[in-house]
Order: sequence, then C-alpha cells, then structure tokens
Amino acid sequence: MRTPLRWALQLGGVAAAGLLAITMFARPGLAVDDVAAGQALYQSKCTGCHSVDADRIGPRHRDVIGRKVASVPGFNYSPALKKLGGVWTPARLDQWLSGTQKMAPGSRMYIAIDDPTQRRLLIAYLRSVSKPH
Amino acid sequence: MEMQDRSLAGNRRTFLQQAGVLTLGAGAAGLFAGRPALAAAPKFRSDVGVIQTALALEHEGIAAYRIAGKSGLLSPGTLNVALIFMGHHEAHRDSLAKLVMQAGMKPVEPKSDAQYVADLKLGSLKSEKDVVSLATTLELGAASAYIGQINAIRDPKLANLFASISADEATHWTTLNAAGGGPIPKTAYIFG
Repeated sequence: MRTPLRWALQLGGVAAAGLLAITMFARPGLAVDDVAAGQALYQSKCTGCHSVDADRIGPRHRDVIGRKVASVPGFNYSPALKKLGGVWTPARLDQWLSGTQKMAPGSRMYIAIDDPTQRRLLIAYLRSVSKPH
Repeated sequence: MEMQDRSLAGNRRTFLQQAGVLTLGAGAAGLFAGRPALAAAPKFRSDVGVIQTALALEHEGIAAYRIAGKSGLLSPGTLNVALIFMGHHEAHRDSLAKLVMQAGMKPVEPKSDAQYVADLKLGSLKSEKDVVSLATTLELGAASAYIGQINAIRDPKLANLFASISADEATHWTTLNAAGGGPIPKTAYIFG
C-alpha cells in the first residue's frame, strides 16, 4: 500500500533523476533526446571496441571532440590514423563515421554508417562526453 | 540488495535450466570449432586488417569470461554458461587466427590480464549481476561490430564467417539479457 510519504519520496526520486539527466546532458546545441538516442546507438554500434573512459580495441571517447587525431597517450594507433592529422570536430567525425577506410585507408577501424541521422545522434552523444567546444 | 541478488541468481538459474543450457558441458564448444569453409586464406589482403580487429575483440571477450569466471562471483550455473560462451569465443579466435596465419601474417596477440582488468574495469565488479550486465554489454557490442564490419570485407566466404560469428554473439546477448531480466527490444534491427 502506498502512503503519501512514499509517493512523495518516489516522486522526488524521479524528479532528481530527471534533473540529473538534464544536468548531465544539457549543453547548448545538444538536445537531451538526441543525446539519449545517441547513447543507445553508441551502446549498440561502438561498445564492441570502445568505451568512454578506457582504451580497448579502440581508444577512449571521453573528450574526443576537440582532441588531436591519434593523440590518446599510450594507445597504439595505426600509421594511417597517425598520418591523418588534425583535430576531431563534429564535421570530421561525421566524415569518419561515413566510412573510416575512405577517410584513412589502412586504419584499423572498419565501419561505414550510411544513415546521416544515426551519425548525427552518435556525434551528439560524443559531444556530451566531451568538453564544450 | 543481497536478497535481490540471490533472487536474481535464482531466476537466472531457473531461466538457464529451462533453456537447457545447463545440460551442455563446456566441451560442447568444440562442436563449433573448425569451420570447413575456412580452409583457404583470405583472398584479399585488405580483409586481413578486418580479421585482426575482430581477433582483438575475441581476445578481449575470452579474457573477460576467464577473469570473471575466476572471480568467485558467479554461481555454478552461471559459471557453466560463461565457460560455454568463452569456448565459443575461443573457437572464433582460432578460426580468425588461422586465417591471418594463412595470409602469411602474425595474428594480433592478446593484452595482459592486468590490462584487460583495467580496460574493462573488472575490479569494480561486485556481484553476479554486475558480471552479467558487463557481459551483456560486451556481447551486444560484439554482435554489432561483426555486422558493422561485413561491408568492409571483400571475400564473400569471410563475410559469411563474420555473419555466423555475429549470430553466436547475438545468441550470447539474448541469453544474458533474458537471464538478467532485460527487456526484449521493441524495435527491429537490434544489432548492427
């Protein structure tokens, strides 16, 4: 049986969780829904090889936006990616996700996401785990 | 929390028993090894790079199951399933490594256990529920990664192997997701 106090506590918990989510994802130019959808896509498409905070088969994604390409300390990048140069921007990530081998032939990542909406959502999530730029 | 974990473990055991998984021995994994279609080396040198990336993924999966299996966190039934899944990943590893060697190249080596513990934060796992949750995430990523790489493969036989491995990973994910009480995805195209 639900007492008013329990109701209030549960409601408070939900509100706090919602506020936390908004605080985590609220960023100028980033829609909360896009970030959540991007996170779900990230879980499906990226977590086989990547984590946000650990280098695995691929390098960590924390602060990837604004990061110099092939620059995570200690990660063993392919010569192709080292040669690419520059900085990861949303536009460059869009190009990368469109076809990694087209952008850097010989790199060790083999993916091509044709759907621009999926790429946009993934990049929204990657922006949410990066410092604002 | 302890009771919740115990209840979860009980439910999981029941689920796995109902699925008939517990009647399989870890040796059943051997049934999946040695696909005859894989006798030939990859036709295209570019495919070897894709295989090496997949091999690194298999090394990680094997390490995750092996290290988690020794953690003492898994009940006997869940441990048995973990060992079966690890056997599948070992069979995938062997098939992929064989292809790399046939192409005259050196298969990518696994990292150290210490590195896998750090990469996957295995030290933070405190319960069977944590282990199942991590394995579920890894298997989802693995199933999708294989599908995602098929477009890059030029040899149709290799594409077939990747599809077959992806189906294995999807089976692992389905088993773990159900055992952990995860919802059935409402939308199609769960992997890829």
